[in-house]
Amino acid sequence: MSTLVSLENVSKRYDRRDGTSVAAVDDVSLEVREGEVLAVIGYSGAGKSTLVRLVNALERPTSGTVRVGGQDLTALSERELRQARSRIGMIFQQFNLFRSRTVAGNVAYPLRVAGVAKAQREARTAELLDFVGLLDRAHAHPEQLSGGQKQRVGIARALATNPPLLLADEATSALDPDTTAEVLSLLRRVNTELGVTIVVITHEMDAVRLVADRVAVMEAGRVVEVGDVYDVFSDPQTPAAQRFVRSATHDRPSAGTLARLRTHHPGRLVSVRITDEPKIQQLIDAAFRDTGTSAELVYGGVSEIRERRTGSLTYELGGTGVDAALAALRSAGVHAEEEV
Amino acid sequence: MGEDGFFDGFLGTTDVFLTAIWQTLFMALVSIVAAGLIGLALGIALYATRPGNLFGNRLVFGVLGFVVNLVRPIPFIIFLAAIGPLQRAVVGSTIGTNAVTFAISLAAAFAVSRIVEQSLVGVDPGVVEAARAVGASRTAILFTVVVPEGLGPLVLGYTFIFVGIVDMSAQAGLVGGGGLGDYAITYGSQRYDWGIVYVSVAAIVVIVQVGQLIGNRIARGVLRR
Ligand SMILES: Nc1ncnc2c1ncn2[C@@H]1O[C@H](COP(=O)(O)OP(=O)(O)OP(=O)(O)O)[C@@H](O)[C@H]1O
Ligand SMILES: [Mg+2]
Repeated sequence: MSTLVSLENVSKRYDRRDGTSVAAVDDVSLEVREGEVLAVIGYSGAGKSTLVRLVNALERPTSGTVRVGGQDLTALSERELRQARSRIGMIFQQFNLFRSRTVAGNVAYPLRVAGVAKAQREARTAELLDFVGLLDRAHAHPEQLSGGQKQRVGIARALATNPPLLLADEATSALDPDTTAEVLSLLRRVNTELGVTIVVITHEMDAVRLVADRVAVMEAGRVVEVGDVYDVFSDPQTPAAQRFVRSATHDRPSAGTLARLRTHHPGRLVSVRITDEPKIQQLIDAAFRDTGTSAELVYGGVSEIRERRTGSLTYELGGTGVDAALAALRSAGVHAEEEV
Repeated sequence: MGEDGFFDGFLGTTDVFLTAIWQTLFMALVSIVAAGLIGLALGIALYATRPGNLFGNRLVFGVLGFVVNLVRPIPFIIFLAAIGPLQRAVVGSTIGTNAVTFAISLAAAFAVSRIVEQSLVGVDPGVVEAARAVGASRTAILFTVVVPEGLGPLVLGYTFIFVGIVDMSAQAGLVGGGGLGDYAITYGSQRYDWGIVYVSVAAIVVIVQVGQLIGNRIARGVLRR
């Protein structure tokens, strides 16, 4: 798979009023592969928005290079940059539709900017509105649409010039869960049916679970972990990724939850990682049974990421064979960790 | 006036009254168009050159802002006196309807420029970002996104200015500019003919109301609400 976007040692610093400066993006090297959906996750202020704005050159990096389709954006003039931007679509949390234009007018705007003739503009606009299921609302105004419809218009507008790359900055964060699912499945279609490479910034688990192939975790301006979505979510390596994954998946008890659990579960609390290993339940049961350990399920969750099982179950264990049970689990390849 | 009717003075001067209405309308309409255009250009320049905006330029923004702030608070009657030399250079006279119209246009242009700027500043930066993201040039963004998006409040602002312009035109009487204000003073209050004063007031009120009505209509059309 070839690389569509590559960031090499990219930093973006902003000057503060007090003379100091803050690195919104700090020495990031990252690749986006052609045809994939990459999710960028991380807490507020981690630098996610700044990162994507560097990719379509809405911001210029303080240092480092940004390459899209082999072209070094940092070396381009303003005019060349505008051309490069027309080959990168972008959608926004607040949709950012033009209120002074109709739905069709919004979708046609990038084509107008690109100097496409009227007849072709209209044909392309109709085609896109059909793709996002809003052909019958072509002459409506944005304020007459629901949030989900607005984002679909945003997607159609972003795709107008047939860009190979789409950037989505918190595109579903202003939507309710049902509408979010609808927009996410549209993004998935954009990826699979149109072959568009997508970078989604999100803090929502569903957005990652339903559309992303790979995920990059950001913290304090740095990309601290990159990997396949399943790997990062089922087995995060860095503390930052672990914190984020836990808070997003809710299947491991937080410190507060743990303290509460201990008040009525005085035994040892052990969290077992659930993977898509076949018969993992039987392995766990056998480890407890063979060591005479009593196990009570007190917390946890199991779900799917990209159609593979993942989760965590927390047990209260009792009896004299707990340590032996933990050893048995580990030797069977099951990850078990005592909560402390 | 003794036994005469309240409106006898007015009925005897209807030709003057009609001329005054025409002069007021002429001053108001020419001024709103001229001030509208000059103010629009000035306001767009103020918006665009604000540091951090599309054509951010601290120097140009600072100079424009200083001039506008300097001129705008000057009471119209003093402004009228102060721009005498400019009037003579452009219109060839400091008195008469044309000279006054010129003065009103200029004074109102400064007020309009701030209203235009305010309307444009109110445009969601997100749509500017969206336009930048599709590769639109700065000029294109200014005229195909910012101005259309800010147009609704702009029309309402113009309506507001229209009232001010009618007010200024009424002061035109002091320099022989004619119009309803002139008529109300020379034929009305100076001769203690209150009938003429009230008719003039009524005519001004009607003009202002009609102006506002039209403005609101257009604004509603533009805002499509
Ligand atoms: N134009 C700017 N000027 C100064 N500081 C900025 C600017 N843009 C971003 N920052 C700072 O850079 C850091 C990263 O901001 P960024 O918006 O990229 O974070 P984010 O991960 O997108 O956060 P969120 O999830 O809240 O959108 C923050 O500390 C922010 O205050
Ligand atoms: Mg952000």
